[in-house]
Amino acid sequence: MATTDPKFLEPNTISVTGAVAEGAKRWVLHVQEYSVLSARSVTNLFSPPYYVSDVLDQMDIIGVGSLPIVLLTGFFIGAVMVLQTAAQFERFGQTALTADVVSLALVRELGPSITGLLVAGRNASGMASELGSMIVTEQVDAMRAMGTDPVRKLVTPRVVATVLMLPLLTAMADFLGLIGGYLVSAFTLRLNAVTFWTRAIDILVFSDLMQGLTKPIVFGFIIATVGCYQGLKVKGGTQGVGRATTQAVVTASVVILVSNFFLTKLMLYLAGHVF
Amino acid sequence: MAGISIYNHRDECSAGSTTARTHDFRMSATPDSEPVLSLEDIRIGFDKGNVLDGLSFSVAPRETKILIGESGSGKTLILKLAAGLIQPDSGSVQMLDHDLGRMSEKELLAFRRNIGFVFQEGALFDSLTVAENVAYCLREEHVDEEEIEPRVRESLRFVEMEDTLEKLPAELSGGMRRRVSIARALVTRPRVVLYDSPTAGLDPVTSQTIITLILRLRDTQGVTSVLATHRLQDAFGLASYEFDGRSGRVVPVAHNGASRPSGAATTFVVLREGKVYFEGNPRELADTRDEYLRRFLL
Repeated sequence: MATTDPKFLEPNTISVTGAVAEGAKRWVLHVQEYSVLSARSVTNLFSPPYYVSDVLDQMDIIGVGSLPIVLLTGFFIGAVMVLQTAAQFERFGQTALTADVVSLALVRELGPSITGLLVAGRNASGMASELGSMIVTEQVDAMRAMGTDPVRKLVTPRVVATVLMLPLLTAMADFLGLIGGYLVSAFTLRLNAVTFWTRAIDILVFSDLMQGLTKPIVFGFIIATVGCYQGLKVKGGTQGVGRATTQAVVTASVVILVSNFFLTKLMLYLAGHVF
Repeated sequence: MAGISIYNHRDECSAGSTTARTHDFRMSATPDSEPVLSLEDIRIGFDKGNVLDGLSFSVAPRETKILIGESGSGKTLILKLAAGLIQPDSGSVQMLDHDLGRMSEKELLAFRRNIGFVFQEGALFDSLTVAENVAYCLREEHVDEEEIEPRVRESLRFVEMEDTLEKLPAELSGGMRRRVSIARALVTRPRVVLYDSPTAGLDPVTSQTIITLILRLRDTQGVTSVLATHRLQDAFGLASYEFDGRSGRVVPVAHNGASRPSGAATTFVVLREGKVYFEGNPRELADTRDEYLRRFLL
């Protein structure tokens, strides 16, 4: 006859404080492991062996692979911005200002953020699922057993590739956004090309470009390290891979948006004092 | 039989163009009297308590040590400890005259190239072809490309998989993947090969093919092996047969493999509750009256 083990009948003695402390410890451990992985992904750059072909492969996957969605999204972000702002500026008869707003918003804020989020959705999940599957099928252990450092072989090339590709993708998104903005302003506001492009370019100063192209470097580092970290800590088979994939996208997106605030603050300070 | 000269080639290489790794390794070669692998009072545990709790045993040169135990008894853990892939909570692991506990991960990475590891499901890199998988370790060691191709072919010929060079692992059956995994493990000509349940989940005919390959490697090259399995028929197969290099056939051993003329002894270690419950030769295990051990024999 089936019996229940008495220990399962005992009341649950875990206190709320204990559970919170346990959760905090786990969180601190995650932060520590993530920091160590991130640091190693960078320090590996200063000693051989280097996996150049892996970097090029990843640049192709991350850069070229993400290009269509980044261009399409950039185009429509620029277009919709004109639609939204034009209605306001028309009230004051200042429709030409639309070009200024679209240009500034895209280069300083929307371009880096939207591109970062898109690449996080596409590539952080890809990295987490690929590395997670390698963990589950013991390919990472096999790599170590054959004398290869998995961080050097798998993480560093992804970090380098994402950091190099994201600023380029952002520049492309900005450009397509301006084209989208111009086409909509030309058809709806009857703004001529010379006015739009002159205003869109003249409004930008060096610090705007610095801001717009520095942020993607940080976002790229976040995307790759979060994606790889989530992948390498997979436990629990294919279900774990699924969880890691979701977690990678969520974590990378949140960290990008939060860090964007602090980066903007820093960049504005630097713009006022340095550039 | 084709391809059994794979380790004979080592002598040619070590005399001339072989890598520094092989040279260093030979410099520190373990004397025949010293154990190749020695585990002393190993303890390692996870959330649910100690999996290994004071485990000790050693493996002599050219010996085949077969680890038997129920699922979760720590067989895979022992192999990973032996390869330095994980570290014990306490105790020491000595492999090929190196104390693995005292080595950094960087030193361990270089050291592991002296060991072959055949993972349970093969663990082939699924984005690489069979040839690239087998060549992986050689490329990591920066062996000349001209030397890589013949060595890869030789390894694959040994496991009779030479016609799958350009296939991806996904195109292979489970048994074929294990054979490629064996080819990958032996391409660097290791002195020790660790097999993690190499026949698990395979049909009897394919299992027999894998066991024959392990026999050939052991009897023609004198490779020291540690094999984890829960299939006693495979274990007794290894103990009861040997590969005759002259006829190229697997033949029964008259004295049940306890100590071959070639010196390639086969011994069993049965694990229970994190400890060595039984250690002895196949005859002793077959004749046991112990109830726990007899459960494996049924």
